[in-house]
Amino acid sequence: MNEMDNKWIGKNTIRPDGADKVTGRAEYGADTIMPGMIWGKVLRSPYPHATIKSINTKKAEELDGVFSVATSSDCVDFPVDTPVILGIQDIRWMARNVLAKEKVLFHGHPIAAVAAMTEEIAEKACELIEVDYDVHPWAIEIDDAIKPDAPILHDFIKFDGKPSNIAGTLEHKKGNIEEGFKDADIIIEKEFETAAVHQGYLETHACLVSVSPDDRTTIWSSSQGQFMVRAMTSFITGIPQSSIRAIPAEIGGGFGGKTIVYLEPVATILSKKSGRPVKMVMTREEVMRASGPTSGSKSKVKIGAKNNGKITAAQGTFYLQAGAFPGAPIRGAAGCCLAPYDIPNAHTFGYDVVSNRSKVAAYRAPGAPIGAYAVECVLDEVAEALNMCPLEFRLKNAAKEGTKAVHGPTYPVMGYVETLEACLSHPHYKAPLKKLQGRGYASGFWFNAGGESSAQVNITEDGNVVVTTGHPDIGGSRASIANITAELLGIDVNRVSVLIGDTATIGFSNLTGGSRVLFASALVVTESTNQVIDILKDRASKIWNIDKEAIEWENGEARPAGDNAGKFKPLTLVELAEQATPTGGPIGAGHQVNTVGAEGGFATHICDVEVDIELGIARVIRYTAAQDVGKAIHPAYVEGQLQGGVVQGIGWALNEEYIYNKDGKLDNPGFLDYRIPVCSDLPMIDTILVEVPNPQHPQGVRGVGEVPIVPPLSAIANAIYDAIGTRFYSLPMSPPKVLEKISD
Amino acid sequence: MAKIQVKTKINGEKTEFLCQAYDTVLDVLRRDLNMTGTKEVCSTGDCGACSITMDGRLVCSCLVLAAETEDKNIETIEGMAKNGKFNVLQKTFLEHAALQCGICTPGMLVAAKSLLEKNINPTETEIRYWLAGNLCRCTGYDKIVKAVQAAAEEIRENA
Amino acid sequence: MSDVKFISPDTLEQAVDVYSKSSKEGKTKILAGGTDLLVQIRSGISQPDTIIDIKNIKELKEISNDNGSYTIGAAVAGAVLEEEKNFGNNWPGVLEALRLIGSEQIQGRASLGGNLCNASPAGDSVPALIASGATVKVHGPEGERDMPIESFHSGPGKTNLKNGEIVVNFQFPKKQKNSGDAYLRMIPRTEMDIAVVGCAVNVTIENDKCVDARVALGAVAPKALLVEDASKALIGSNFEKEAVEKAALACEAACNPIDDKRGTISYRKKVSKVLFKRALEKAIERAKKG
Repeated sequence: MNEMDNKWIGKNTIRPDGADKVTGRAEYGADTIMPGMIWGKVLRSPYPHATIKSINTKKAEELDGVFSVATSSDCVDFPVDTPVILGIQDIRWMARNVLAKEKVLFHGHPIAAVAAMTEEIAEKACELIEVDYDVHPWAIEIDDAIKPDAPILHDFIKFDGKPSNIAGTLEHKKGNIEEGFKDADIIIEKEFETAAVHQGYLETHACLVSVSPDDRTTIWSSSQGQFMVRAMTSFITGIPQSSIRAIPAEIGGGFGGKTIVYLEPVATILSKKSGRPVKMVMTREEVMRASGPTSGSKSKVKIGAKNNGKITAAQGTFYLQAGAFPGAPIRGAAGCCLAPYDIPNAHTFGYDVVSNRSKVAAYRAPGAPIGAYAVECVLDEVAEALNMCPLEFRLKNAAKEGTKAVHGPTYPVMGYVETLEACLSHPHYKAPLKKLQGRGYASGFWFNAGGESSAQVNITEDGNVVVTTGHPDIGGSRASIANITAELLGIDVNRVSVLIGDTATIGFSNLTGGSRVLFASALVVTESTNQVIDILKDRASKIWNIDKEAIEWENGEARPAGDNAGKFKPLTLVELAEQATPTGGPIGAGHQVNTVGAEGGFATHICDVEVDIELGIARVIRYTAAQDVGKAIHPAYVEGQLQGGVVQGIGWALNEEYIYNKDGKLDNPGFLDYRIPVCSDLPMIDTILVEVPNPQHPQGVRGVGEVPIVPPLSAIANAIYDAIGTRFYSLPMSPPKVLEKISD
Repeated sequence: MAKIQVKTKINGEKTEFLCQAYDTVLDVLRRDLNMTGTKEVCSTGDCGACSITMDGRLVCSCLVLAAETEDKNIETIEGMAKNGKFNVLQKTFLEHAALQCGICTPGMLVAAKSLLEKNINPTETEIRYWLAGNLCRCTGYDKIVKAVQAAAEEIRENA
Repeated sequence: MSDVKFISPDTLEQAVDVYSKSSKEGKTKILAGGTDLLVQIRSGISQPDTIIDIKNIKELKEISNDNGSYTIGAAVAGAVLEEEKNFGNNWPGVLEALRLIGSEQIQGRASLGGNLCNASPAGDSVPALIASGATVKVHGPEGERDMPIESFHSGPGKTNLKNGEIVVNFQFPKKQKNSGDAYLRMIPRTEMDIAVVGCAVNVTIENDKCVDARVALGAVAPKALLVEDASKALIGSNFEKEAVEKAALACEAACNPIDDKRGTISYRKKVSKVLFKRALEKAIERAKKG
């Protein structure tokens, strides 16, 4: 396909689901009802760490208006020492996170749930549930969890042969690290820490579940994967997947946090036991207390370089909080942190540390911002010591096609260097700064994913198109799919509808995550559409009685080609659809595959800050994000991914943090004191879409959603240093912390 | 179980409902009237997703008791498109890709409309501060601000 | 909850009558803008059995100007007061303090009376009201009385209101010629936060000399403070560096803050000085304009 001739790919079309979303018609997780519906509420642990000795639900069950009560004894029993792996999750942990079994492991940990006529009655019934606890000491911070006499969360987890809260490790090695540091003219080593931060999706978790007496189950819920919901609910409740129909509601933000279940299995149990549809909606406080933030961390990074600017060795050690159950994103931290660079000798090591916090969930490039924060800050110091421009220094060490990455792969065609060059030639790079203003730079990488995807493309009887895929659309992927389908078929984009199927109407599709959705769905939609075009040619060949091979599809119609050119009047999609029945029946095709060839994404950001040194307030005043986006199918939504990721990074860097009080309870479980950026905090976020098409994809698509949150943490820290000459090694760089350090 | 009877007007339609003293306008809209366009996100007035206007004044419907709406005029997102036509803000939000997940969009639109009714030529700073009570976690606000600017421009051109 | 009563009386007498009869157990709550009360009800902190909506009472919604002396009804919302243009010309500091409370949405409801009665040490309008020298009129079973704002609170969440008393309105002194007020607060973001420190300054200048000054701080003690030592340091000065520094140190010395999720003791102390200086500068600028 000739790029210049594109009619829809690369155009900012109106999204197919847009009208519903600007009129309030779109139905999210909490927006639907079923006849006979009742309400479920969850009883949560008042302690950060305790053994559950007994649970007595009798009084709750006897309360007027209560229909059913659920505890972990209603779930499938997964022995604690036997892994049950589903994707990147372990169901024995997931089950215990959904309803605590032997122990409660964080304040807010679900213990039981009640379904009742109203939410108010359900809440009252929860208070009537009697739980006998044996309360234990707890550990919130990493240092407290890994010290020798730390309270142990899971007795059977061993490290160095002893019970431990270190639940796992991961390392990447390349070359000889000792030799590498010997070769260095300059070595800088620093320690860093970051606070746990929440994804902050605005829509709270919500679902509505109806179970029939024969176990046939309908789940309406907001998630990043209806198939994930089906599988996890099936595991935890024991109802076979074939009996569960999971319908994806519109999703009000996820950012990784909705890649696991909290409510669906509980509502399923409550519905099964009551015979009524059960609706459950978390409050914001429940979301903050008991749904996944991402890890807080401690890390140490050491980088050595020659006076000529070549990095000789890099070493990073990262401790990441997992929350109550194992599963911190150490791969993202240890795997992504050095990925933009060609480094001969490197060693990165990650520790997965459990503590009495809510279980972490994925958050946009999980772990990668933590790793990049430490590495990119040290790189800034090395560049300064070598008296080099931070971008030129990165350019000198940039990974390219053929570079063997520290985390393993040898890179194919990639656009990291292009992002650096784009920044160097952008007006922002040379824009003047005033007093107390500073400029910082940082790069970032995310793996990106492919995975299972299914699509169905059907031609309607009136000659229009309905595309169904299986990945929930969070950020506008339906618009991009419409662009691609319209382009391939040569028809107006408004003739294409794109829907997200439920688990009964479309084949298995992996969840929306890993920046996979457009990469994977575009592949299967392209294949399905090409099959449809083939069918359309076949129908035309029947009507004209010529060979199918002698027909070409162009501009939305079948045209006789070659010797037959001009012999017949072209048949439009509408005309072919009208004759579908006599020429062979309905026209449509589907494709399902485990997609491969997703290539990593790279970004470089420039950030300007201004610091009020009397109050300790740093504000971002200008921001430019350059990213290799492969091919922007819908540029405005690609820009939107960059802008949104950057602003989440700004929140992480400056003000967001989980604050625990002395009782081991989260002290800021709401949007008043968990401070996500507001509109007036920010400048416009400029973007540079660098397009180095992914050669393994028909449209050149690379994942774009996650990379943008990777560089901001360090870009901002580096900018603050440039402004006031003080380096910060701890996030968030909130005003009290900043002022204290400046005052020292 | 005496309930409070309230007669009010929602999007120009006379509406009667029964509520309890603690019920908020948001509770009644979403749960009893099944008007789910107004979103519940924080229930504490910190996010703006439940924005409505009451007698022309922008408020969070989670912070207004349903019983207070006697004889009031309530406007919600459901009343924004008139006679099957988008409000100019709805149009510019779509054209500028000013929404991703869309959950903040109803509240954002109601708040932006309220701004443009007061001021058809707001500066970027005025827009940003007016919308500071409407959280968006997806867009970084950039395209939202631009969509409001575009709508304001269109309103000025047609004035 | 089904038994909870909601009443909206039309007169102050009716409201006081109901409130005084029922408030003994503390289960009756006055509803003004509701921006604090509804949050407290939702979180279970407050569970009133009677809610008295006072927004249908004329006096509480009135704005009047008697020859330069303003009376502002306790339940007048921030967005409404802003539309009374001349009030903001007289008391820009009070208006900006009230307008800083929450978002535009909150401004459609939040009032001076509500902010005062919520009695948070961090309430934005309270320091500005103290600095302005306004008094608050309360009405109770034994009739009316006026109180200076600085003696209204007895501690965090606590007021000196007597049983059955309702806040009616705020009476502002006639603005002095060449006087000006200002309020500044420190918050981590640009909006939507609770003040970590708030500072209001009201000065009157004659021939470049400070002839009157009132300085108030919020969020640095169990209740908002009138910092008399700061006023003393300024009065009689030409706002020379030494006087300003002395007043700033008085602000710092007056602070008796706590460490919490919003800020540390040392941070609040340092910031009180900075905000005082900045608010003073703004107040002086306004005073010089008239």
